[in-house]
Amino acid sequence: MEKHLIDLLVERVDFLRADYVLISLSNPLGPMPECIPGQFVQLQVVGEPRVMLRRPISINWCDVAANRLDILIHVIGPGTAALSRLKPGDTLSTLFPLGNGFEVYHDGDILLVGGGVGTAPMLYYGKALRESGARPHFLLGGRSAKDILQLERFEEIGPVYVTTEDATRGERGFVTQHSILQRQKFDAVAACGPKPMMRAVALWARDAQVDCEVSLENMMACGLGACLCCVEKTVRGNVCVCTEGPVFPTTALTWF
Amino acid sequence: MANLKVNIGNISLKNPVLTASGTFGYGLEFADLVDLNRLGGFVVKGTTLLPRQGNDYPRMAESAAGMLNCVGLQNKGVEYFAQNIYPLLKDVDSNVIVNVSGSDPENYAACAARIDSLQRIPAIELNISCPNVKDGGMAFGTSCQGAASVVRAVRKVYHKTLIVKLSPNVTDIASIARAVEDEGADAVSLINTLMGMSVDIERRCSRLSIGTGGLSGPCVKPVALRMVSQVAKAVKIPVIGLGGISNATDALEFMMLGASAIQIGTANFVDPTVTIKVIDGMNEWLDAHGVKDIHEIIGCIR
Repeated sequence: MEKHLIDLLVERVDFLRADYVLISLSNPLGPMPECIPGQFVQLQVVGEPRVMLRRPISINWCDVAANRLDILIHVIGPGTAALSRLKPGDTLSTLFPLGNGFEVYHDGDILLVGGGVGTAPMLYYGKALRESGARPHFLLGGRSAKDILQLERFEEIGPVYVTTEDATRGERGFVTQHSILQRQKFDAVAACGPKPMMRAVALWARDAQVDCEVSLENMMACGLGACLCCVEKTVRGNVCVCTEGPVFPTTALTWF
Repeated sequence: MANLKVNIGNISLKNPVLTASGTFGYGLEFADLVDLNRLGGFVVKGTTLLPRQGNDYPRMAESAAGMLNCVGLQNKGVEYFAQNIYPLLKDVDSNVIVNVSGSDPENYAACAARIDSLQRIPAIELNISCPNVKDGGMAFGTSCQGAASVVRAVRKVYHKTLIVKLSPNVTDIASIARAVEDEGADAVSLINTLMGMSVDIERRCSRLSIGTGGLSGPCVKPVALRMVSQVAKAVKIPVIGLGGISNATDALEFMMLGASAIQIGTANFVDPTVTIKVIDGMNEWLDAHGVKDIHEIIGCIR
């Protein structure tokens, strides 16, 4: 897919929680380039002297017809904090679409597991699955109810199951402890979130003999496969997460 | 429009803007965003005789106005380059320069000899200054004898333009530059990255898998300028300046201190189209100041 570097226009900035911000962007120059679920953007951070490199952020929603691209940012450092201070009318230099994306199945029950801000790409992925004929189910995990984001929007697309570590919403525990995993058979699973969570999902999937993809967020500089900083060890050796990922079938990784 | 053409050894650059090895892939990664034919040239990533997996992750840490990396020369080896990458670069109307690395003079020479056979590669850049591999690289670039031994071995088998990339992690870079000039190098490029560290105080460990890494980005520019100035005064061969260049002003600073050409590295990560902006910015500045030929400003500060 052709990569673009565009100064996108900030349309809306919505704080979903104190430290989670949803930014809606449009392309003032023409149609929004097509993006595949699981792909990401590289955003330039301005006005923050501690930050030089772009920040890779997953695509939460893309609607070419509506000229809209949404990104969901967890504010954790100076770079994401600077991005959260954007205002409608600002421009944001965006390099995209980058990476490979999730497998879009045409049928079957597909379980999409998201932890924390790792739920962000699952919204757009779920929409794509539903449009292509598959049945997406969402399993969302967080420490507490306040970490479960965009619940209503997920519910518009498919059934949603929730776990929180403090039982403030859904079942208590980690995503892999949710009872739906005992009650329902899935044809494939995809996960995005903290590495320990993705490993646990991958292990469950292996035991259940279900195909599993995970989306990695290794630290990166260029996002284009040039700097070789974001590598992950795979069965084929070190490969760039930015170009050969961020989505990998777990069978390609050396996790177990 | 001013004349931007410069010569390095036997190659002619349509403008003095090159990309730095390891920051521009094989050029192809940037082809959607940059018209490669507009560049004076590009230096493709460090290539060794045999494939290398590089160092473990994490390989990168950001710092104020810069970044550290310890990639460790991950590449698929010179034969892979010759068979699989070179054919894709054949039609590019620009100078494709291969950065060559090794662990002893013999395998530097063997790698260089293979590239000598590739008709459309007019030059190599010998990397005797990688700070991120234990078994060579910078070990050669930090002594005059070491640097000379690699250049001597390569010069015997490599017949085209030979650029030697120098390490800043030395006390007297000018003497190293003279040593490689004496062995027949056609040009020197400097600086490679400065060795540094970055610490994660929560985990109480280095942020880089091998502990140390090479610092690059705008923060190194003043050091690079000083070294380019010293080397330009010490040698007769052309000097290629690099280190923190992210706009045309930066590039012109290096050229006024004696660089005949410049390389853009880390800035490609921030703005993948920066090379074109530097070429255009250079042109604009020269026109605005009535400079007809870039040579009028090369080395104008003595």
